[in-house]
Amino acid sequence: MSNRKINMKEKYRLLTRDLEWEYSYRDYKEIFPMEEFEGIKITDWSKWEDPFRLTMDAYWKYQAEKEKKLYAILDAFAQNNGQQNVTDARYVNAIKLFLTGISPGEHQAAMGFGHVGRQLGGVGARVACQMQAIDELRHVQTQIHAMSHYNKFFDGFQDFSHMHDRVWYLSVPKSFFDDARTAGPFEYMVAIGFSFEYVLTNLLFVPFMSGAAYNGDMATVTFGFSAQSDEARHMTLGLEIIKFLLEQHPDNVPIVQRWINKWFWRGTRMLALVAMMMDYMLPNKVMSWKEAWEVYFEEAGGALFKDLARYGIEMPAYAKTAIAEKEHISHQAWSIFYNYGHAAAFHTWMPTEEEMDWLSEKYPDTFDKYYRPRFEKWREMEAAGERFYNPTLPMLCQTCQIPMGFTDMEDPTSTFYRQSEYDGERYNFCSDGCKDIFDYEPEKYVQSWLPVHQIYQGNCGGAEMEEVLGEYYKINLGVDNMDFHGSPDEQRWNAWHNLSSAEDKLKQAS
Amino acid sequence: MSIEIKTATLEPIRHTFEHTKRRFGDKPASRYQEASYDIAPEQNFHYRPLWQPEKELFDQSRTAVRMEDWNVHKDPRQYYYGTYVQARAKLQEVTESNYAFFEKRGLADRMNDEVKAKIIRCLVPLRHAELGANMNNMFAFSYGTATVLNQGFLYQSMDRLGIAQYLSRIGLLLGGNSTENLVAAKEFWMSDPAWQGIRRYIENALCLKDWFEVFIAQDVVLDTLLYDLMYRQFDEAITEQGGSDLAMLTEFMQEWHKDSSRWVDATLKTTVGESEHNRETIAGWITDWQEKAVADLAPLAEIAVGDGAINASVDVLNKRLAKAGL
Repeated sequence: MSNRKINMKEKYRLLTRDLEWEYSYRDYKEIFPMEEFEGIKITDWSKWEDPFRLTMDAYWKYQAEKEKKLYAILDAFAQNNGQQNVTDARYVNAIKLFLTGISPGEHQAAMGFGHVGRQLGGVGARVACQMQAIDELRHVQTQIHAMSHYNKFFDGFQDFSHMHDRVWYLSVPKSFFDDARTAGPFEYMVAIGFSFEYVLTNLLFVPFMSGAAYNGDMATVTFGFSAQSDEARHMTLGLEIIKFLLEQHPDNVPIVQRWINKWFWRGTRMLALVAMMMDYMLPNKVMSWKEAWEVYFEEAGGALFKDLARYGIEMPAYAKTAIAEKEHISHQAWSIFYNYGHAAAFHTWMPTEEEMDWLSEKYPDTFDKYYRPRFEKWREMEAAGERFYNPTLPMLCQTCQIPMGFTDMEDPTSTFYRQSEYDGERYNFCSDGCKDIFDYEPEKYVQSWLPVHQIYQGNCGGAEMEEVLGEYYKINLGVDNMDFHGSPDEQRWNAWHNLSSAEDKLKQAS
Repeated sequence: MSIEIKTATLEPIRHTFEHTKRRFGDKPASRYQEASYDIAPEQNFHYRPLWQPEKELFDQSRTAVRMEDWNVHKDPRQYYYGTYVQARAKLQEVTESNYAFFEKRGLADRMNDEVKAKIIRCLVPLRHAELGANMNNMFAFSYGTATVLNQGFLYQSMDRLGIAQYLSRIGLLLGGNSTENLVAAKEFWMSDPAWQGIRRYIENALCLKDWFEVFIAQDVVLDTLLYDLMYRQFDEAITEQGGSDLAMLTEFMQEWHKDSSRWVDATLKTTVGESEHNRETIAGWITDWQEKAVADLAPLAEIAVGDGAINASVDVLNKRLAKAGL
């Protein structure tokens, strides 16, 4: 008997979609109890288009090959002390920010995709989400392994998980993922699957990986390359979810639009960390934040939203503000961290003269006018032995949890500030975007675990900064924090490079 | 004489991450340890879930079982993502060549129609049960607290999807790639009296709210009985009836079950051993679900293998439970 040929699409349908059955002993709503409360209307799950057609056997096979190659390189990196080959020890602070701020987010994403991978009623959507769940677990684990070797030679990586639950600036990414995870399953998909993985991934994940490539960080960039095809799958899932929701019912359109507005803004705020990383923390610059924003949001995102216009979806609200902020955000964020450099688990520093010139060239309308004078002043203070640290605790935005330091785009010298009242209390915001998010769901955002409030309430180990930073955050004071200049990281780096330069030794000997 | 390549040695400032050091001591840690232990958030959650406002994210009260520290669990296989996919890739490679050989040699034609019909009625409908197992394990993954345990459920869940897909391919292979066997198997699953107990059992398990109870109902009770019944007893019965080539197509399930059982046993033992409260809670769940499972599986056991088959599987389950201290 010769076998009938069966095409890929049909085979995938039989091996996945056809496994589902119509429940009759229990009600559909008992098995999928979370499908309706957000107001999203799903009329027919069978209209779901599988974004990628991977059966498990193929998944195991491809992923195992990728893992084998990745770990071979991580092993070689460790064996050869590849950490010596990065451009400059300042670079390593970018990946400290990544491991403490972003990797725990990958873990959250794994849990979140597991949750929707169980709760969505359509088997096609569930399976796609499950594959993303296990990919996200891959990412957090391989990132830990890629940076494990750096942890043995630099300070600030060592307590990433403990810090993520506590440290003030890490509550920015933590609250972002908590927000998405505590939302309903469809909002989660729009938040993480679409807004984060599709619209913003080139501005978040990619800059770190490109930064690694430009700065000789073989471990991290190898992870990046290895994760590329996973990310491509995640992007197709993100796009499918949005199209599916919009095609299912016209009543979904305004709900989805509101989610896009919210998550675009929430994501943009979190990207302030990436912006400062790109402009200030990379010794070898990939491109400026402004350039990245123009290419990946204004051009690519613009084309995407043009494409979605046929469903009645518009550019996210506040996109205009975000576009105006591209000229300022990285400088303002770095200023905040420079101010609070004693309270961070990575090092900060003032740019060198050449780096300032690069910033002037990349930001001709803003850098010299608003930021260079301030930075030169700080550099002078440092030279005079009075490196500036801000001893006060900042006020945080109730929604994004970033210190209130961003300025009004109409008047870049004054801080932007909004307030709302809810249940007799006043709440502060850094932007209209953050205020509107709060005003729509105040009962959610009044719950925010704001690090500064928590310190004042005595929930963070005590009233003294040493107790908060040293004991509660577990920052090694004088080691992990403060300026890069004079840090143990810098001293070790200098020692390695004096020792390992055989050429210099020969010169000295002759 | 040995060759000695000189490398610059740099003295590390620490051996591992601090949370790994606090748990395992100040020494180099394995990749399994660094990637699995104490990496999930534990406190200072910002918002309560809209879908379950009475609980926090990672709330330990999502199960009635209590652990002083959920991170005391250990997977004897030491699976993190990398070791997991590599172990499965190995298994699938063998499976792939089995399936290719089966198809190339036209082994389906060597099976008589009666054997084929029996496989389609008794084995292939399990593809749906495996999807249920996939969902149940995904549930346990998503609502547990410690990654070292949770990740085991995620792997288990993806494994079950893989097994559902292999079972579907068995249906296709036995019918020359026509879909009629899958249609027939689904019909059995939906309305054959022999299958209704199992389907009801799974639909009931899909409505559970306690993730550890899901683990007991699915991975401990049902799977122990079902895998013994189908991949040991049914396999032997089919071999006797001239269908020994089926074993080539179910080798994955047999090997997988051995592998997965090591983790299931360890998880059960650690949890039961924690306290009398856990032992009692788990024993209560087992009594409930075992009673249902035995009654629900009996009709299938009878047509698939014969009288007394279910009792033999119950013996296997009881031995297993005894090992875990139950």
